[in-house]
Amino acid sequence: MPGLGTSFGRGGATNYQQDLANSDCIVIEGSNMAECHPVGFQWVMEAKARGAKIIHIDPRFTRTSAVADLHVPIRAGADIAFLGGLINHVLDNDLYFKEYVVAYTNASALVNEEFQDTEDLDGLFSGYDPDKQHYDQKSWQYEPEEEPHSGHDDSAKAREQEEGSQHEDVKRTDQAQAAGSGGPPIAAKPKRDETLQHPRTVFQILKRHYSRYTPEMVAEVCGIEPQVFRTVADWVTSNSGRDRTTAWVYSVGWTQHTVGAQYIRTASILQTLLGNMGRPGGGIMALRGHASIQGSTDIPTLFNLLPGYLQMPNAIQHHSLDDFVAESQGVAGFWGNMRSYMVSLLKAWWGDAATAENDFCFDYLPRINGDHSSYRSIADMIEGKVKGYFLVGENPVIGHANGRMQRFGLANLEWLVVRDLQMIESASFWKDAAEIETGELVTDQIATEVFFLPAASHVEKEGTFTQTQRLLQWRHKAVEPPGDARSDLWFYFHLGRILRERLKDSTDPRDRPLLDLTWDYPTHGETADPSGEAVLREINGVGPDGRALSSYMELKDDGSTTSGCWIYCGVFADEVNQAARRKPGREQGPAALEWGWAWPLNRRLLYNRASADPDGKPWSERKKYVWWDEEAGKWDGIDVPDFEPKKRPDYVPPEGAKGPAALAGTDPFVMQSDGKAWLFAPKGLQDGPLPTHYEPAESPVKNGLYGVQANPTREQIDAPWNRTNPSSSSVFPFTFTTYRLTEHHTAGGMSRTLPYLAELQPEFFVEVSPELAEERGLEHGGWATIVSGRSAVEARVLVTERMRPMHVGGTVVHQIGVPYHWGSTGISTGDSGNDLTGVVMDPNVHIQESKAATCDIRPGRRPRGKALIEFMEDYRKRAGMESGLVPVGGRAPMDSVSGEAKPGRGPAAVQPGE
Amino acid sequence: MKTWLDAWPVYRQLTGSDPLGRGKAARSEATESVVSRTATADRVVQSVCPYCAVGCGQKVFVKDEKVVQIEGDPDSPISRGRLCPKGSASKQLVTSPTRETKVRYRRPYGTEWEDLDLDTAMQMIADRVLDARRKGWQDEDGGRRVRRTMGIASLGGATLDNEENYLMKKLYSAMGAIQIENQARI
Repeated sequence: MPGLGTSFGRGGATNYQQDLANSDCIVIEGSNMAECHPVGFQWVMEAKARGAKIIHIDPRFTRTSAVADLHVPIRAGADIAFLGGLINHVLDNDLYFKEYVVAYTNASALVNEEFQDTEDLDGLFSGYDPDKQHYDQKSWQYEPEEEPHSGHDDSAKAREQEEGSQHEDVKRTDQAQAAGSGGPPIAAKPKRDETLQHPRTVFQILKRHYSRYTPEMVAEVCGIEPQVFRTVADWVTSNSGRDRTTAWVYSVGWTQHTVGAQYIRTASILQTLLGNMGRPGGGIMALRGHASIQGSTDIPTLFNLLPGYLQMPNAIQHHSLDDFVAESQGVAGFWGNMRSYMVSLLKAWWGDAATAENDFCFDYLPRINGDHSSYRSIADMIEGKVKGYFLVGENPVIGHANGRMQRFGLANLEWLVVRDLQMIESASFWKDAAEIETGELVTDQIATEVFFLPAASHVEKEGTFTQTQRLLQWRHKAVEPPGDARSDLWFYFHLGRILRERLKDSTDPRDRPLLDLTWDYPTHGETADPSGEAVLREINGVGPDGRALSSYMELKDDGSTTSGCWIYCGVFADEVNQAARRKPGREQGPAALEWGWAWPLNRRLLYNRASADPDGKPWSERKKYVWWDEEAGKWDGIDVPDFEPKKRPDYVPPEGAKGPAALAGTDPFVMQSDGKAWLFAPKGLQDGPLPTHYEPAESPVKNGLYGVQANPTREQIDAPWNRTNPSSSSVFPFTFTTYRLTEHHTAGGMSRTLPYLAELQPEFFVEVSPELAEERGLEHGGWATIVSGRSAVEARVLVTERMRPMHVGGTVVHQIGVPYHWGSTGISTGDSGNDLTGVVMDPNVHIQESKAATCDIRPGRRPRGKALIEFMEDYRKRAGMESGLVPVGGRAPMDSVSGEAKPGRGPAAVQPGE
Repeated sequence: MKTWLDAWPVYRQLTGSDPLGRGKAARSEATESVVSRTATADRVVQSVCPYCAVGCGQKVFVKDEKVVQIEGDPDSPISRGRLCPKGSASKQLVTSPTRETKVRYRRPYGTEWEDLDLDTAMQMIADRVLDARRKGWQDEDGGRRVRRTMGIASLGGATLDNEENYLMKKLYSAMGAIQIENQARI
């Protein structure tokens, strides 16, 4: 969640779900919380019962809207325009929380003279390179105080790293996500003007940037009437300030856009201006869709990250440990101790082999040099570049965008290992893929060797999930898994064991990292299942005495400590599995500090120093949370203070202070290198320091705000198997948005296979308005075929007033709702909504735009077999698109990636009627 | 005679304390002897729902080493005992008769699944990992040191435990594999 990380320093939900009950106003936008997080939604209802206003902003009217005080239908893909309108309203009418903004944000910082805004360049910022479709971010930076105020231990090396960070291969590695727990390091503190009057202050730039986001413009771009907009603005602003707080709640409705990170940035700016961050009942609640999706980025199986949001080293910048830490080492805030975190990780992995003399085995880490994310790897698979693939509890041919592309990828591997509970489409594609029917894939011509290994369920193994509020909860093992089913912990432990055995006599230096790896976990039971607790303890880390550490502040950079994930250090404090704590909620305080364990250091509400004023007193009695206790000489409150416990509010860092000591007593955002919330992001995002409204890559309308139509830095893969619909196309005139249902779970492997759930939601359907049904002759309960440049699917039609045509800039935009859970296996089967979505991505995080794309809809079932190829080709031709034909086996080459031409054509394509 | 009459609900209704027949009188012997599965479980294990990220507490009831019921945990400060339709159905998730419990193998160009022993499968996978790692190995790329393999990719679900993700990242990094991804990106 780089939108949050870049703004506040940590990429996690700022508050906990129970805290929503303390809100005076809750805005749910980009989320259908009542249906997708039903049990968490009880806290919204609790707030409503206490008198809070509930606003739901969403293209569809859902059960969340049904219980909200106000539902605001919005055109999919227009949220930045809407939120920008609110920012403009707040600034224009002086409704921001002045003391908060001056003290805790970068509003007063000066940006350097070269910076040019979208106001100056009709939708672009300064530094744009149209050939490479990248920004050089140098001109976005602060005007620094005079040298040598940089806190860097080695300023020359830091500058060198700074230069390297602008290399395009480095930018493609997704630096933004590395702000998951530590904002982007900045070279020097900025000049400030606390009167906020200087034209180059962040505050004035912000004002200017959003000045055109007027209520009238919001109406034209979003389809929201000015009086409805004013109601939202009034409710939000009158419920923010000293005595009241507003919370913002979002889910993937915000992230799956070509401007997804900037959606979250816009909300971050608004919530910061209103003074809602770090306070009870405020904050930004990121609702995540999977049991441990937060955990999967904290301890990432992501190409660009190491545990604890340390970056994967890249080949351009990081030749040594010194290079790796140079940009961060010594800068203000806790990121300034990054070397300790990294050395402790290397010690956890390579134990005694890691010494100061060999750079703690830093060189054992493989290097990245570009985008190696999932979609790019699939494209590489289609070209035969990847040999083997592991799918571990994931069903990408249904759950990821462009199912056809996914299946072509799997069909061009040498081998595939699938681990799951049930047989899923990603394992059985070689016999039941939709492309078998069209002849684009032929079973006995697919070389992929497939191993399906049954997995253990959540009750058949021990371990922790990290849920949406950064809380680790331990699950005890209830029973043994059946038959050959094993935990993924078992699989990777034993695979590693076998690999090490095979290589034990190797003298090849490339095998050293495997052979020197610490890999001796205790096992139990007949199946020799490794101990989850032993792994969790390694993640926590130990000190020189071999005892579990209790805080990342104890980590050292001399190799005397270990920690597999520094932000989780403390989860095994006092040799106790803190994640397994289960003191009943009713027997403890509102923050429930003795139930599980939250990172960092069991702090439940992030940046909670900001719940007190600069002097350390609560902003109001009503919103009291954490405060300075002068007598005791420490911070106190109902939560663990997210601040150094004894740092006085009037502490001013002495000249030359480094790391945490360089943060003042009034710097609540302790992971930012200036201790402030970032209204303007001088660094960290690829597509601009301020969120700007761009249309989705596929849009039915022109951008009403700027000449630039779509995100100029969006990432695209152009190939016959991934064509993008032209915008404002009469062939693809409608917008569709994908979503989930309460009764199903993502790609359906855990829900379409269960009788109860299959019975509750038995069939793939799409939601359309009565007006669209009339226009296209669609019948309620009948069949419809939905078509995009990728494929066509058929579904039952649900005609409902829950879908409303939007009046946008003089045209009517129809939106279609497409739940995406279905596939060919399980009890409830159907076409897959994700066969429609294309792969065009946010440049910061490589997330695809599946929440706003264009399509056509027509009554009746779709063509089958070769007729489908013909049908699709005809659509593409009419829309003026390039051909989507592929040779048998799907191995059609990419035409271009991110604007770089790749010449060369593959073998002859499968023709319609062949 | 008395016993026979007692078994007749109308008799119990007319003679007992439940003249409207909406309580005790309507209860048969069979009903009286019904006991909930949660009452007779051998043990109760605290767990967490595996679906969305709300993190609802679950109580897993086990009898004879089988899961007999899964319910919401009232102790949880987050969920307070509640579960949604998916969480409520999670007993079916773990006891489903359609769960795969044996290794399945599809050979290259094969048209059907075949059986395979788990140990053999592990050895075969290890062979292929070493082979793909070698084929995709790069000491350098574009003149820069990378010491990695581009031969192996991985995609995990976001229902993996932290401990599992940790071992995955650790092992993949040590073998030099970098195209390691997770649902979390999506």
